[in-house]
Amino acid sequence: MVAFTVNGVRSEVGVDANTPLLWVLREELKLTGTKFGCGIASCGACTVHIDGQATRACVTPISMVEGKSVTTIEGLSPDGSHPLQKAWIAEQVPQCGYCQSGQIMQAAELLARNKAPSREEIVEHMDGNICRCGTYLKIISAIQRASREG
Amino acid sequence: MTKHLDARTTDLSRREFFGAAAGLSLAFTAAPDPLALIDEGLSGAALAQAPLSPNVWLTIGTDGTITIVSPAAEMGQGTFTTLPAIIADELDADWAKVKPVFPPEWNEKKFGNPGYDNYAFQTSASFATRGYFKAMRVAGAQARRVLIDAVAAKWGVPAAELSTAPSVVVHKASNRRISYGEIAGFAKAPAELPKIEDKDLKTPANFRYIGKDLPRVEVPLKVTGAAKYGIDAQVPGMVYAAVLQSPYPGGSPETVDDTRARQVAGVTDIVRLPEGVGVVGTSVEATQRAKNLLKVTWSDVPGAHHDSEKALEEFAAIGRDKSREGVPYERVGDAKAAMRSAVKVYRGEYRTRYLYHAQMEPMNATASVSPDGKSVEIWTGTQGPTNLHNQVARLLGIERTSITLHQHFLGGGYGRRSQQEVVTDAVRLAKAVGKPVKLIWTREDDVTGGKFRPMTAHHIEAGFDASGTLIAWHHRVVAESVAAYTSIANGTPPPPIDRVVMKGSPIPQYPIPNKLAEHVVETRGARLAAFRGVGNAYNAFAAESLLDEIAKDRGLDPIAFRLTIAEGAPRMQTLLRTVAEMSDWTRRRDSRGLGVGTMVKDDTLAAGIAEVSVDRATGKVKVHNFWAAIDAGLAVQPRNVAAQTEGSIVYALGHVLREKITIRNGRVLESNYSDYEVTRMSDVPNIDVKVISTDNPPTGAGEDGVPVVACAVGNAIAALTGVRLRELPFAPERVRGALGA
Repeated sequence: MVAFTVNGVRSEVGVDANTPLLWVLREELKLTGTKFGCGIASCGACTVHIDGQATRACVTPISMVEGKSVTTIEGLSPDGSHPLQKAWIAEQVPQCGYCQSGQIMQAAELLARNKAPSREEIVEHMDGNICRCGTYLKIISAIQRASREG
Repeated sequence: MTKHLDARTTDLSRREFFGAAAGLSLAFTAAPDPLALIDEGLSGAALAQAPLSPNVWLTIGTDGTITIVSPAAEMGQGTFTTLPAIIADELDADWAKVKPVFPPEWNEKKFGNPGYDNYAFQTSASFATRGYFKAMRVAGAQARRVLIDAVAAKWGVPAAELSTAPSVVVHKASNRRISYGEIAGFAKAPAELPKIEDKDLKTPANFRYIGKDLPRVEVPLKVTGAAKYGIDAQVPGMVYAAVLQSPYPGGSPETVDDTRARQVAGVTDIVRLPEGVGVVGTSVEATQRAKNLLKVTWSDVPGAHHDSEKALEEFAAIGRDKSREGVPYERVGDAKAAMRSAVKVYRGEYRTRYLYHAQMEPMNATASVSPDGKSVEIWTGTQGPTNLHNQVARLLGIERTSITLHQHFLGGGYGRRSQQEVVTDAVRLAKAVGKPVKLIWTREDDVTGGKFRPMTAHHIEAGFDASGTLIAWHHRVVAESVAAYTSIANGTPPPPIDRVVMKGSPIPQYPIPNKLAEHVVETRGARLAAFRGVGNAYNAFAAESLLDEIAKDRGLDPIAFRLTIAEGAPRMQTLLRTVAEMSDWTRRRDSRGLGVGTMVKDDTLAAGIAEVSVDRATGKVKVHNFWAAIDAGLAVQPRNVAAQTEGSIVYALGHVLREKITIRNGRVLESNYSDYEVTRMSDVPNIDVKVISTDNPPTGAGEDGVPVVACAVGNAIAALTGVRLRELPFAPERVRGALGA
């Protein structure tokens, strides 16, 4: 049994200790906003926060989150009102949208640490997150907007 | 001149089709269940109580909610907004009250794309807006007429005295107004629906939504994790599956050693498939782990011996060997005779490699087959519901009406999700184990089982007469046939010509008097698919590269030269002048070069200019700026057209800088994003897109940035360094080698 907190709710799951957090979130807890992309921490689609730190859930064994606090896109804000979520809509960022949970979670970590990142800091922080539809410039604009409008 | 379109041009006289199909008896018979899978907020319990269905396309609830069927796949290109907006405009609906839904039934006669043969449900080739535009305008106008007629009867006034404002019918003479919701409370659609003619449609000046920018309806779902993709399906009692596929098409499992795979806790079944071995179990991770422990030998088929680099050399030689006649795709005048008469003939050879779609959502499908095997339910995101139905019906030997497809949002399509082999494998596995099965490919499965953009070799000749006029153009494309490959799975005869490969090769933007574009078809046994940008991408790379080489040889400015040969194609001339101005074309830059490229795809035109630098020591190419202009006729949602163009430029940048699939001994060598390196944020230049909306019918806009990238970047590198790169990708080692560094 692994016990941890997901989006403020205490959870206990009885799965193999090596099971990736990603599949526990998606298939046990039905939190499907966190996406499977590559399985090797190469695309960022599965990004969640563990104790506030952006982490790739696809390579995180469930045993590593024992006693920790996990935040997924579903828990980033109670009603989709996080400044990044509002900015994402204002800038009409998503196309297919599949990578955007991971993009937003990755960006949320940046803004939590650095309220006014430069363009270069944004690119450096976001470069591990792939968007195949090519919305990168809109993502940059949305992070800058969220930074401005907080 | 022959004219090739992916699909038949929308036949406007077919509006009877709607009239005939649109009686009340054909209105919704059931609440469309995809709603529940999208979001409760988009669904509208309104449907259940919707009393008025003016035609099959929409229902109006007494609360004023207007539910509009949006039949195309939503894969990020915005059709879930664009298509309903077309109906809403002619209906004069209040957009805030509109709820788009997927079709309640996959009946082509009601909701199929009029732009495709047999009204197929097929979202590809940027044909959704183009194909549905007129049909949806007619549907919206017809529904509006039903509302007006109902109010005219109730109030005892002539229909001609009634007008509409958003979701309101107005009788100006008596100063009365009634909302669409109120009308729904008493109105019934007549048995015979009103006929709508062109004169009944709005004039563009009266459009409320067409040509304006609406926020995309599903975007809020995509920032909270609520949007549902196929991979998110949760079906009671479902189990999971992974499939070890044959490394090459047509390979079937000969020997299967599953001893170790069966030892993985949670694995319940190992199932042989026509071109793979399936592992079924109680968790995703168990099936994935067990799949990697399978030891399988595969039957020997031609594809098992394919070596892509060797084959590309062969393709290039075949391109040169004009005794090998190709399949003519387009002829204008007599190119061969004109070439013989030319005083100067330029020749160019170019090569491109296999590319992988790399859509972010790995291929997946969930299926549940009834115990008697006579019906099946499928949860997936597909670009091709018609092909899906046909293939599954054939597989199970059942009627199409016994298939229930739950369409989802697509986590990227780009052509990949037109093919159905993951769906049919999920159905086979579900039938074999008697439970709902969710089949998820790993990224490695998705790469090695990818269906690729074909690799190509191009041989082009361009002939000039004594007056310096370009009089002859002969483009030979040597490539496997995508159309032949896809026809196998669809059970249809291979089409005589391959539009996927050949699009763009006749360069209609340059009205040269004698042209021949031919496809020399080779067969090597690779899995192939349509791919965002299709043939336009590599054909523009080849053609526009040669045009630049010619301009340089003749001492002409690349844009001035193109403006000359585009004489008679004013839409392209406008785009060329536009991008020249956007880029400040004539201004010299230190250490940076500019290059231009153009394309025409199914009547959509685009031009682009790249500004690049090259690190001569490493061979690394950096694109700093990209300016593009697109004319897709009437831009139905201009901001979205710009976003699609920008996105497709970013998509193509990876193809140009790094991406390639290598096949050796029939096996794909690349495996994941670690060695198939797509565009990342740090690669992306500033991109400026100008959408030029013209009074031509709307044509596609989902992929038109792709073809102008490789040629513009290659031309910019040549302008900067004097070195011409004639094959893709422009990877650092290739660039370094070419520069002789």
